[in-house]
Amino acid sequence: MLAFIIRRVAQMVPTLFGVMLLLFVLFNWVGGDPSYILAGKNLSPEALANIRHQLGLDLSLPQQFVIFVKQVLTLDFGTSWSTQQPVTSILHSRIGPSLLLTGSILLLGTVLAVVIAALVAYLRGSLTDRLVTLISTCAMSVSGLVYIIAGQYWLAHKAGLFPIMGWSDRIAENLLYYLPLPLLLGVVVGLAPDIRFYRSCFVEEMNHDYVRTARAKGLSEPVIMLKHVLRNAMIPVVTSLMMSLPYLMMGAMLLETFFSIPGMGKEVVMAVDRSDFPVIKAITIYIALATMLFNLLADIVYKLIDPRVELS
Amino acid sequence: MPSSNPLPLTVAPPSHNSLARQGWRRLRRDRIGFGSLCIVALYLLLAMAAWSGLLARHWQDEVAKPFAPPTLFANLGPQHVELNAADIDAANQRRRAAAGSDSSAATGLDASEDPLAADMAAAQQQAAQYHSEEAPKADTLPLGADQRGRDIRQKVLQGTATSLLVGLSGALLALTIGTVLGALSGYFGGLLDDLLMWGYSVFTSVPDMLLLLAFAAVSGRGIGTVVVVMALTSWTGSYRLMRAEFLKHKSREYVRAADAIGASHGRRMFHHILPNVSHLLLVQFSMLTVALIKYEAILSFLGFGVGITQVSLGAMLAEAPAELLQGYWWQMLTVTVVMSVLVTAFSLLTDSLRDALDPKVK
Repeated sequence: MLAFIIRRVAQMVPTLFGVMLLLFVLFNWVGGDPSYILAGKNLSPEALANIRHQLGLDLSLPQQFVIFVKQVLTLDFGTSWSTQQPVTSILHSRIGPSLLLTGSILLLGTVLAVVIAALVAYLRGSLTDRLVTLISTCAMSVSGLVYIIAGQYWLAHKAGLFPIMGWSDRIAENLLYYLPLPLLLGVVVGLAPDIRFYRSCFVEEMNHDYVRTARAKGLSEPVIMLKHVLRNAMIPVVTSLMMSLPYLMMGAMLLETFFSIPGMGKEVVMAVDRSDFPVIKAITIYIALATMLFNLLADIVYKLIDPRVELS
Repeated sequence: MPSSNPLPLTVAPPSHNSLARQGWRRLRRDRIGFGSLCIVALYLLLAMAAWSGLLARHWQDEVAKPFAPPTLFANLGPQHVELNAADIDAANQRRRAAAGSDSSAATGLDASEDPLAADMAAAQQQAAQYHSEEAPKADTLPLGADQRGRDIRQKVLQGTATSLLVGLSGALLALTIGTVLGALSGYFGGLLDDLLMWGYSVFTSVPDMLLLLAFAAVSGRGIGTVVVVMALTSWTGSYRLMRAEFLKHKSREYVRAADAIGASHGRRMFHHILPNVSHLLLVQFSMLTVALIKYEAILSFLGFGVGITQVSLGAMLAEAPAELLQGYWWQMLTVTVVMSVLVTAFSLLTDSLRDALDPKVK
C-alpha cells in the first residue's frame, strides 16, 4: 500500500509539470501580450515597457517559464492584475464559501439519491419505479441553467421564500438564510442523473447469485436489501462520489455566479472575464493538484471498501 | 463460358458492411431509438436549412413590437401601453388646454423662454421633407418576439442551428484528435504511448469546465474558436477508448495476417483495425455532441461563447433572467423546450445505438 502511494505521488510530478507547461503555453504564448490590456488608455511606450518589465515579459520564454515554475513551487502567484491583491489571499478567502456550498450539495444530493435509488430499485418494475425513471429522464433533459433561472425567479423573486442573492461573513447567517436556495437548486439539478445511475447499480447488484442464495436461505427482503445489496452497491456509489470531490474546490460556477456567492467558481468566471491571468493560472494549478490527490484517495478508499481490487 | 468448374458456388458472397446493416435493422426495430433518430434527423434538416440560408435568414429583422407576446397567450404577458412622442404631446396639450396656457407642446415652456424653439422648428420642418417608410410591426407573433422585436421562431431556428453546428463539428474534431492519438498510442506503444498518456493525464487532471474557461480566456469569441476550444478540451475520452481498442486489436490474427501480406502500419491501423472499432466511435460521437451542446450553452451564457452577432441556444438563455424579471417568459420557454427535446432525443439515440451496434448482443 505504502509503495503504491509513493509511486502514485511520484507520478504526479510529471503531470503537474505538464499542467504548468500547458498553462504557460496558453497564457504566455497563445494569450499574447497582455500589457496592452493592462496599460489601458494611457498608452505610452514607457508605460508599456514598464509593465512588460514588471510582468517579466522582457525576459526570454524559458526564463519566464522558470519564474512560473518557481511561483508554483512556492505557491506564490504574485498579485491579481485587476485588483492588485495577492492571488493567494484571494483564493484563501474564496475557498470557504465554495466548500460550504458544494459540500452541502454533495452530501444532501448523495444521501437523497441513494435513498430514492434504493427504494425504486427495490420496487423495480412497479408503477413508482417507472414513474421515477420517467420523471428523471424528463428532468435530465432540461438544462441546469433553466432550473437556476426559474428557481431564482419564482422561489426568490415571486414567492419571496428565499433571498434573491447574497452572502455574509457569518456562517450561521449563510447556512440559514443565504444557502438554502442555491443548495436546493444544486441538489435538484444533480438528483435526476444520480438517481438513474445509482438505480442501475442497485439493480445490477440485485441480479447477482448471492441475492438468490440469500433469498433461498430464507432471509427477509429488507435484510437482503440493507445487509447485502446495499453494501455491495455502495462501491460504485463511493467511487462516483470520490470522482466528484475535486469539484468541491472548484465550486459550483453557475450557482455562485447567479447567487453572487464569493467562491472559486465565481472567481474563475470573473477572472476570465477580466483576463486576469495570474488568478486563472493559480486556480488551475490548485484544482489540478487537488484532483490528483483526490484521485489517489479514491483509489485507496476503493481498495479499502472492496478487498478484491488489486492496486497496480 | 467454361462449364468445367467442379465446385458449384453455393455460398453467397459476404454482404458488405454487415455489422452496420445488422445494427440498422436492430435500430429500426427499437421503437424509442427509431423515434429519436427521426427527431434528430428533423433537427438536422432544419439546421441545414438554416445554415444554407433557406430558413431563418432574416432572423435579425425587427418584425414585431419589442416583446410582442405569443399569439395564443397574448393576455398572459405583462400588459403595457406603448407611448410615443405624439401621445405625450397630445397629453401635454390636453393638460395645458385645461390650464389655459399656450406654451409649446413638448417642453411646457413659452416659445420666448425656450432657447431651442427656433432650432426645433427648423428641425421639424427638415424632418417633414423626408418620410421614412416604416414596415408595420406585428402586435403578436406565433412564439412571441424578443427585446428588439425579433421573431423568436426564426431566432430559435438559427440558435439551434448554431448550437448543433458547434456540437457536431466540435465532437467531430475531438473524435478525430482522440482517435488518431489513441490509435498511435495503442498501436505503437512504447515511448510514444508514454508521451501521449502523459498528455492525457495532464488534460484530465483539470476539470472540463475549468479547462474550457482557461482556453476561452486566451482565445477570442466566435463559433470557430468555441469549436476548437471544446475539441481541444474534450478529446480525452475518445483517446482512452481508442487506445484500449487498438491495444486489444493489434495482436489479433487478422492484423497479423495483414502484416503478413505486407500492409503498412498506417494501412493496418486505419484500414484494418479502424472499421472494426468504428461502431464505438459512432456512440462516442453522439455522446460528445450532447455534452458539447450543453457546454456551449453554459459558455455562451457566461459570455465566453459565440460572438454577439451570432445567436445560439445558450446566448438566448442568457437573455432570459432579465426578461423574466419583466414578465416576458416566452423566449425562455421556447429555448427550454427546443433544447430539451434535442438533448433527450440525442441521449436516447445514443443508448439505442449502443444497444444496436454492440456485436455481443445478438
